[in-house]
Amino acid sequence: MFKKICSSSAVILGLTASATVMAEQKVAVISSFSILGDLVSEVGQEHVVVTNLVDVGDDAHVFNPTPQDAKAISKAQLVVINGLQFEGWMPRLIGAANYKGVQVIASNGIDVINTKEEHEHQDDEHEKHSDNGHDKHNDEEHEEHEEHEEHEEHEEHEGHEHGDTDPHAWHSIKNVKIYVHNIAEGLMQVDPKHRSEYQQNATNYIQKLDKLELKLTTQIASIPAAERKVITPHDAFGYFARDFNVTFLAPQGTSTEYEANAADVAALIKQIRHENVKAVFVENIADNRLIEQISRETNAKIGGKLYSDALSYSDKPAATYIQMMQYNVDTIVAALKN
Amino acid sequence: MITQLYELFIAPFAEFAFMQRALWGVIVLSISATPVGVFLTLRRMSLTGDAMAHAILPGAAIGFLVSGLSVTAMTIGGIVAGCVVALLAGMVARHSNAEEDSSLAAFYLLSLAVGVLIISSNGSNVDLLHVLFGSTLALNDDALVLLTIIATVSTLALAILYRPLVMECVDPHFFKTVSKLSAIAHYGFLLLVVLNLVAGFHALGTLMAVGLMILPAAIARFWSNRLGGMLCIAFFSAVISGYCGLFLSYHASLATSPAIVLVLGMLYIISLIFGRQGGLVFKNNS
Repeated sequence: MFKKICSSSAVILGLTASATVMAEQKVAVISSFSILGDLVSEVGQEHVVVTNLVDVGDDAHVFNPTPQDAKAISKAQLVVINGLQFEGWMPRLIGAANYKGVQVIASNGIDVINTKEEHEHQDDEHEKHSDNGHDKHNDEEHEEHEEHEEHEEHEEHEGHEHGDTDPHAWHSIKNVKIYVHNIAEGLMQVDPKHRSEYQQNATNYIQKLDKLELKLTTQIASIPAAERKVITPHDAFGYFARDFNVTFLAPQGTSTEYEANAADVAALIKQIRHENVKAVFVENIADNRLIEQISRETNAKIGGKLYSDALSYSDKPAATYIQMMQYNVDTIVAALKN
Repeated sequence: MITQLYELFIAPFAEFAFMQRALWGVIVLSISATPVGVFLTLRRMSLTGDAMAHAILPGAAIGFLVSGLSVTAMTIGGIVAGCVVALLAGMVARHSNAEEDSSLAAFYLLSLAVGVLIISSNGSNVDLLHVLFGSTLALNDDALVLLTIIATVSTLALAILYRPLVMECVDPHFFKTVSKLSAIAHYGFLLLVVLNLVAGFHALGTLMAVGLMILPAAIARFWSNRLGGMLCIAFFSAVISGYCGLFLSYHASLATSPAIVLVLGMLYIISLIFGRQGGLVFKNNS
């Protein structure tokens, strides 16, 4: 329903917008956070100017938009968001900015993880992925997607900030290929002149992602499946876990907004001791003191810093999406090998 | 039977160091914050504690921006901001026609606004909210050492200021006319309030720290008429609530700081009804 309105208005406004764009003028794109911004600039290359609302190294869960952000949005030709309730503040901001242009929800069409029945679901998914490969995938995605849309509408009425779905979908390279596809569609709508280039860029980038996926899968495969257990501050790696068959445990929930309580922390420590988990990791956006505390109480040592919801500055090792995935896998593999 | 009781009440603390640290933090805080709270309520300044807790915000925020989640930086920032507000409010009250409460309200609101401005102009707040709402379970060595130092300093200072403070509580106007110590007692006391709030905000968060300061004092007021008795009751009710709060947080999966303050709140309501000094039941009988 929402999508229909969005796409029909998008077509009309896309046409008017592109008519007013000068021949050399670049397309102004707003992306909600740095990882999406990187994907947009990969697809748009020299034809787009990308602005990230939540900057590099900041936490999108608890972002407070400023009037500047609203101004930037009202001047933009394309807004790219992650969706899945990740940016709870975004609908209000778009309303406040009176933005009526094209909106791309990058996660449209991905295979969503529901956090409520997380455990059974995850196990099922593992098997599916390892056994069937990619063929069956599309049908399932389609079904899940429709389910999810109903879900989303329902939740919007209740006003939840984070829904029952895990929004951190970009940690699955499979999903990011769909992200790239969605972004390319959006750019082609807004700027039909460079249609073929966007198409070409997207195809090139997806090829790179294919290679990356293959490489990372072999890297992870060097660790025995039973030993692939790690702890992170907040539950950001559900999709990563599903793709690479690694078990992630976290004292905070899927959002950094949640407050940890003693029962959960104690349960986690017991689990680490019992299952002999080797490594805990800190994140670039989270409060890491709790993780340090947990490391002190168990034999698990701090294996390094993982990049979860934001890229790093260009002088650090995770300045682009591909670098981020490579860095995370390198860090995890190095910590688990010892 | 005994093993079951042990499992229920002792084992969480014996098994997990983070529970021990949290308990240690709460006990240390009870030692230093509750006497300050008792004097605050006796001087009818209960809400001053709340105001000061907000006044600390910009200092802590600046400390956080300068050096991240550093205990020392946030402590120094918080103390400086709190002292500036307390001093300004006190000076305005003493040298102008304005009442102390209105000037304090004005300055703490200014301070709070500056704090919010600093936090939001930095783009995003990498869980500063956690800092503000407390992280009892994440007390690290630095924070514990700091809490203990502040508690020691605060308790010693309170021992020195005890006489003048009692005078100030009994008859501030008389005390002002007979002694020059009045100003020292007043500002020294406000400094102690700030110190304890800063300590409390490491353990419970800025907002919940006030709870551990004021509620035990309010409880004690219903059980004793004597200052010594009030101080003891306040301390024990804070420690008991700290333990029960952690206990509930462990067994019932509740966020820790609010659990502690809510246990205090329940004790307060019980005291309000059954308290021997002016509790509802006894008041009606007599």
